[in-house]
Formats: sequence, structure tokens, C-alpha cells
Amino acid sequence: MQVAAALAPAERDPARWARVAIVTLALLLLWPGIRLTEFNPAALVDPANLRVMGQFLGQFFPPALSQEFLLLVGRSTLETLAIANVGIALAFLVAFPLSIATTAVLSQSSLGPARDAGLRRAIRYPLRLFVILLRGIPELVWALLLVRAVGLGATAGVLALAITYGGMLAKVYAEIYESTGTRAARALMESGSGRVQAFFYGVLPSSMREMVSYTVYRWECAVRASVIMGFVGAGGLGQQLELSMRMLNGAEACTFLATFLLLVMLADAVSNFFRRALA
Amino acid sequence: MTAAVALALKRLTVMREGERRALDGVVLSIRPGERVAVIGPSGAGKTTLLRVLATALRQTDGSVEILGTDPWALDAGARRRLRARIGLIHQAPPLPPRQRVVTAVLAGRLGSWPLWKALVSLAYPLDMAGARAELARLDLSDRLFDRCDRLSGGQAQRVGIARVLYQQPELILADEPVSALDPALANHTVGVLAAEAQARGVTLFASLHAVDLALAHFPRIVGLRDGRVAFDLPTEQIDAQRLDQLYSQEGYLPTQEGRPFEASRNRPLQSPLCK
Repeated sequence: MQVAAALAPAERDPARWARVAIVTLALLLLWPGIRLTEFNPAALVDPANLRVMGQFLGQFFPPALSQEFLLLVGRSTLETLAIANVGIALAFLVAFPLSIATTAVLSQSSLGPARDAGLRRAIRYPLRLFVILLRGIPELVWALLLVRAVGLGATAGVLALAITYGGMLAKVYAEIYESTGTRAARALMESGSGRVQAFFYGVLPSSMREMVSYTVYRWECAVRASVIMGFVGAGGLGQQLELSMRMLNGAEACTFLATFLLLVMLADAVSNFFRRALA
Repeated sequence: MTAAVALALKRLTVMREGERRALDGVVLSIRPGERVAVIGPSGAGKTTLLRVLATALRQTDGSVEILGTDPWALDAGARRRLRARIGLIHQAPPLPPRQRVVTAVLAGRLGSWPLWKALVSLAYPLDMAGARAELARLDLSDRLFDRCDRLSGGQAQRVGIARVLYQQPELILADEPVSALDPALANHTVGVLAAEAQARGVTLFASLHAVDLALAHFPRIVGLRDGRVAFDLPTEQIDAQRLDQLYSQEGYLPTQEGRPFEASRNRPLQSPLCK
């Protein structure tokens, strides 16, 4: 304050009132949110809660390591990986044709543009809406719905990943096509090439690396997501972890959590390796 | 299927960015098998004209007839088949950097190949001999399996030309096809294009910055300035005065070497390449 008072008015930061206003506004906007969520840090140190947590955490050591249990952990880990792999593969099958179909620059009628270009754009619009619908609902919600439809187990997880990640991949693929330059594809279409041919000869060569890189990153996300979806009954490591936690079996929870951590670190390393190898 | 005219433009006008007229009432008629060069200062509308003829751009006003049809009256499928009969050589070759030369050349026939053939050829080039033959005409057959981003600017430009040669279009359009080549190679390459058009009896319409190349290889010259046809004459009738007027703001006549064009006034020109 003394410094500010010592400065002549002309030397004060002209942005100071704007900054004060922004901070005040942010606090005003946050306050109702804090009230609505009943955010109460005191609950963390409440003696009753602390005792339950303490008991649960106390059981973490030693972790459950019986041979029978480790077999279950191994099987669940494989199931989680399988959900992620099959989910991503199906998502790719959903996304790849959709991305080619919804890319505006691969449109024949946009050359010129032809007289019916507006109509053709309108026809493609529902497809774009469909892509938004696919990725607009989180995979966890799809998993919840699908567990009701196809029952507990990995199938629900795989389908949920295929739907949401299919939508995400379709959108990002289309963005990659547009950003890596489409002059080559348009030149091909100007000499009579069809949309699909123009894609494979004009767009894919420049887009492939980015596509692979993003798909590998999505696979890494799918590994994490398939653990989380297990909590709502969609199979794998998450489902077992949820069972152990519900029974407050700290030793088992500890082993599952450690496995989960290892798996995510592994996925991260694999994903990094692929993306660096491609860069 | 030979039409009476390869190209017919009537009062062709193209507006760019709202009010500016890139082309303003262009009238032009070219018979099948003719070789015509279009010259003119930068910004005269040469590229716009070529894009209209390649059906990449639809005119704002006036009419266009290409290989006997109005492309914009056709349905999408017929327009695609028409486009397969037109080959445009771009000034900057539109080649994906990571694609191999052989694939880039074979892409010329995507308009006539069925989809399965295009996809198989992506995995294993189906007509390597055909691609090699076109590259050989342009002294590039040794680069068949190089990636396009390993090529120099001049080599990439010739790969773009090889693609259009491989396409075997009935109408060859070229937009500054040799701008990245040295004078000797430029002369050879324009010669290959002219010979191709002559041998197959197809129409060649090319824009060129180097006036001497236009005079040496084309029997008919169209001068374009400010989006209008300034002159449209047999090459013998082009003299220095006309060229002076066409390029008057630039101050000198461009040649391949970038030196002023040496010619005496009011006398038919003899190109240095016409020996």
C-alpha cells in the first residue's frame, strides 16, 4: 500500500481495477457452487469418519497376496485390458467411416461450389449430430445403461467404449484431416476421383501419424476408463475393486489399487513409446 | 467422343471477395487439339481462368462449355466423369509429403479406376511400368520409390506433370507448369506437354510467365490483363508492342531467365528457342 501511495497516479498499473473486478466476480460465481455442493472440509477430520477411514486404511498392510487371490487379480487385469483393446477396436470401426463421411472438405459438391452444395451440406448435418450424440454422453453413463440392458460384465464396458470413443475419434480424426491440409485431396477430386479414393490418396498419407498417435492416447484413456466402468458393474479390475471396497476389505483393495496403478503406468509408458516412435 | 469445341467461354465473369472481378466478360473458344498459351501480368486472372476450366470454380456470370457440356448442369456423377477427362497441372504440385512418387503418379487415374483397384494399388502399386514411363519422359524415372518430400521443388513439379500425363486427359490444363525449373529443363518439359497434346490430338491450355516459352511451343496466344482478354492471336502476329502493352506496368517482358525480353518494336518476334 505504501508503495502504491508513493507512486504518482500516472505510474500506477492501469489494469488494476479490471483485475480487482475479475477476482471479485470469480469469487461471487464460486460461492453458490460451494454452498450447493455442501463442501465441508471439516468432514475429513471428523473423529467418527477418521475412525472408519483409519480402520480401512489400517487393513491395507499387509496387502492380500494369497495365490488364489492373485489369480483373480490377474484375471481381472486381463479382462480390463481386453475391454480397453476391444473397445478401442470397435470405436475405430465406428469412427473411421463416420470421419470420412462428415469431413466437409472431402465433399464433391463443395468444388465450385456446385449449385446443390447447400443441400448436400444439409444432408450431412444429421451425421454430424449423430457423432455429437455418440460422444456427448460419457462412457460411464453408457456403461450404467448397458449394464441394465446386457447384464453385469465386460460386454457393457466394451459397448460403452465403442460408442463414446467412436464419437470422440470420429470428431478428432475429422479435425486432423482438415488441419493437415486438404489441397492434395481436392486436386484429386478435381480430376474425377471419388471421395474415398481422394481420402486414401490425398488425406491419409499426411494424417496417419497424428491419427495413430491420438488413437494410442485414447487407448490409454480406455484402460483407465474400463477400470472406472467396472465400478458400475461393467467387468474387470474396477468391478472387483468395488466389491472389496464395499466389504471394507482393505488388504484386497490395496492389492487392486496397486495393480491399477501399475496398469495405468504401463499404459502410459506404452502410449509414450508409440507416440515417440512415430514423432 | 469429340465435340466441335473443346472449350467455349461466353461473357465469363468471376467475382472474388465480393466486388472484385477476377475475370470480366471473357470470351474464348478453343477447338479440340489446339494448343493455346495464356500470358499476362501477375494478378491478371490466369489461375482463376484455369480453375474455372478445371471445374474447380463455378463462374458468377456467363457460360462455360467444357468438352461439349456445361459442367454445372450435370448431375454429380456425370460431373465426376467429366472431371476425369480434364487434367490440371498445378503450379505448386498438390502432393502429400509422405507419399511415394509412384503412388502420386498413379493417383492420376483415380477418376477412371474402380475403388477396389485404387485401394489395392495403395498397398502394392499396380502399374509401376506406367508410372515409370511417364516419369522417364521428364527425366525422373530413378525417383519412382522416393518420398515426395525428398524431392526438390523442380522435381515435385515434374511429378505433378507426370501424374497428369498418366491420367491421359482429353483436356490438359497447366498453371505455370514449369515455374520451378531451370530454363533448359523448362523448355524440354513444355516441349513434352506440347508433344503429348499433338500425339494424342488433345487440347492443351497453359498459362506461362515466360513469354519466350509460350511463343516457342504454342501456335496461339491469349493475352490476359485485369481479367479481360487483351488479345487472342496466332503466334506469328504477336509483336513487341502488344507484349509491351500487356505488361506495361511491370516495365519489362519476363523471360525464363528473368532477363528483359530482347526484341525490336513492331517486328514479328522470333523466339530465341525457335531455331
